Amino acid sequence: MSQAITEHGVGHAAHHADYLEEPKGLWSWLTTVDHKRIGLMYMWSVMFFFLVGGLFALLIRLELLTPKQTIMTAEMYNRVFTLHGAIMTFLVIIPAIPAALGNFALPLLIGAKDVAFPKLNLTSLYVYWTGAAMAVATLALGGVDTGWTFYTPYSTTTGGGVSLMVLAAFVLGFSSIFTGVNFIATIHKLRAPGMGWFELPLFTWGMYATALIQILATPVLGITLLLLVMERVLGVGIFDAQLGGDPVLFQHFFWFYSHPAVYIMILPAMAVISEVIPTFSKKTIFGYKAIAFSSVAIALLGFMVWAHHMFVAGMSLFAGAIFSFLTFFIAIPSAIKVFNWIATMWRGSITLDAPMLYALSFLLIFTIGGLTGLFLASLSTDVHLHDTYFVVSHFHYVMAGSNLIAFLAGIHYWWPKMYGRMYNQTLAAIGCVLVFVGFNATFLPQFVLGSRGMPRRYYNYLPQFQELHVASTVGSWILAAGLFLILAYLLASFRQKKGSVPANPWGGRTLEWETTSPPTMHNFEGQPVLKHGPYDYRPNPAPVGEDSH
Amino acid sequence: MSTATNTAAAEHGHSKFLQHHFREMSQQFEAAKIGMWLFLVTEVLLFGGLFVGYGIMHAKHPEAFMAAHHHLDKVMGALNTIVLLFSSFTMVMAVWASQTNRRKLTILFLVITLLCACTFMVVKYFEYSHKFHDGLLPGKYYTHKGDTVPGQFMFFSFYFMMTGLHGIHVLLGMMAIIWILFRTIRGDFSSDYYAPVDITGLYWHLVDLIWIYLFPLMYLIS
Repeated sequence: MSQAITEHGVGHAAHHADYLEEPKGLWSWLTTVDHKRIGLMYMWSVMFFFLVGGLFALLIRLELLTPKQTIMTAEMYNRVFTLHGAIMTFLVIIPAIPAALGNFALPLLIGAKDVAFPKLNLTSLYVYWTGAAMAVATLALGGVDTGWTFYTPYSTTTGGGVSLMVLAAFVLGFSSIFTGVNFIATIHKLRAPGMGWFELPLFTWGMYATALIQILATPVLGITLLLLVMERVLGVGIFDAQLGGDPVLFQHFFWFYSHPAVYIMILPAMAVISEVIPTFSKKTIFGYKAIAFSSVAIALLGFMVWAHHMFVAGMSLFAGAIFSFLTFFIAIPSAIKVFNWIATMWRGSITLDAPMLYALSFLLIFTIGGLTGLFLASLSTDVHLHDTYFVVSHFHYVMAGSNLIAFLAGIHYWWPKMYGRMYNQTLAAIGCVLVFVGFNATFLPQFVLGSRGMPRRYYNYLPQFQELHVASTVGSWILAAGLFLILAYLLASFRQKKGSVPANPWGGRTLEWETTSPPTMHNFEGQPVLKHGPYDYRPNPAPVGEDSH
Repeated sequence: MSTATNTAAAEHGHSKFLQHHFREMSQQFEAAKIGMWLFLVTEVLLFGGLFVGYGIMHAKHPEAFMAAHHHLDKVMGALNTIVLLFSSFTMVMAVWASQTNRRKLTILFLVITLLCACTFMVVKYFEYSHKFHDGLLPGKYYTHKGDTVPGQFMFFSFYFMMTGLHGIHVLLGMMAIIWILFRTIRGDFSSDYYAPVDITGLYWHLVDLIWIYLFPLMYLIS
């Protein structure tokens, strides 16, 4: 890398090759330490596995078209929903925004040349690929039928590739930890000179909060999964009631990670939305500090609510009441964010370009997902709704709907910066509408199904549920059509000439828009200097430091 | 702009170890420190899961854990504790020597640290072979005969998982020490650049610290 600096440094200040072009060749991509290239490789990997997980989802919905067996046996159905859940959780949603968009955008947003540890960053990508290969290899061992939660005692007794899948999740945890360590060190030490903590773009705060959870929660999942493998291999006894252990302990350990992991999924989504809304409202973000601190509050509170997954697992009522209360409490910082985004749009000059359409979809979907969480946080209603389609629908609204729609918002927002090309705006609007309609058509009926008692993880059901299941399955087809349309017009944008979009197509005020589209390998010509706050849209912006938010 | 920056960098004679995305060595050093501390946090939480599991199972089966721990050799455990504590001291001295440009002294202290680590692993080897011989093994492989208190296999499940994971960390630490020893011999480090020695030291102290908790939990139950 230092060689590249000297080569470019002498006399060629006028034209630098962009990061997509120089250096050339597949090998240069596989050995790159550039955060933008690593981000793109993560993005395409995540999209690939999203396709795989999505095909499994379509199979699940197709099976549920009729009350009896439609296309697969019960055993096959168990394997399909397990793979769908495991792939979507560990290979798609968790890395989607931080590792793909975060890697690409974070250093640009804070005016840095790269993340703090570029080699560690590349390592994390290879660790991710290794874990992904292990997860896919379980198919050769007959698949996994435990569900992505690997609950004991079933997971310690059933056959198939459980141990390999569990180790895959363990390995993937490392890639998540590496990204988290990298981002925190980067945000602390590589901000542009003069960029204080409250001049950071809010995306950065979201990434910081996410990284905190990645670092604090992932190791606990790691050791839990190792214990599960040990239980299978050695029969160590900790999760086995017959040997004097406690299977519920596994649930505590598992959710101690996996509930905070829900915030690994939603905080980055909120981070993207906090960038998109002010840019397309042309207005200073409302309540900068409230949004920033609520991210950190969500990250910390997220560690104290894990047992709300276990209200019916035999926990004491007193503990249940405390976890219920804490869960309600977490609604506060989430609501603060939603109200601040809406207040940002108030009297702004809103343009409905594709990223903004996704951001508006996010607001609606996240609100539905958040509010239905309150039903599940209440002890008495949860007893009725536990393990029904109401839960399935709730977590799809939060994990799939909110996270993936924000991921799409981010891709549409930074696509011109990534590739120097613009996609077709009309098709993008149609794609967004299809995704929004398809998503709601798929999952709104599931709330009703769940409240009427349709249990999750069954391949058969009572005939009276069929109408709503059909609606849900048709919804999944609309959603799939929207997603394939998006893929098609994004790929079609490559037919354009690179550099055919301006450096700042949306009129954003953050630093990434001040460099070329696509940027050079070193992001900026020299060290960028912060001239105004990240969301200062006034005609005469106040210089940094003289104006408080 | 970048021309100016790079020419300036060359004129100021920046260290060859300054990576391109850092402005100065101190920034790079602080970033490395933050990174290592965060990594240590993940290590504490990784072991934390085992400590919590140990605590809960100990509370459920106090008699079995009490009876089982008598199979451990307190003298060997204490010896290893002293060896590791001493190695932490020599590691601190190695960092100091590296920071103050004392290359030969750095090499000496690193070699002593490495020898301590080897001693630890050799003692551990003898302890493990003794357990293997007596059938004091985790879970379903526990074959020790003549127990008066049932359920002692659970203690050995935790004994092997915790000391085993710790042993892996000792081995990784040894590899890191060998790597910085090699780089010290090559003459990479000076008061301007000794971050790898420093963060390897941090890691080594954590390995030591975890043992300090493992020793009383395993060997000194009362």
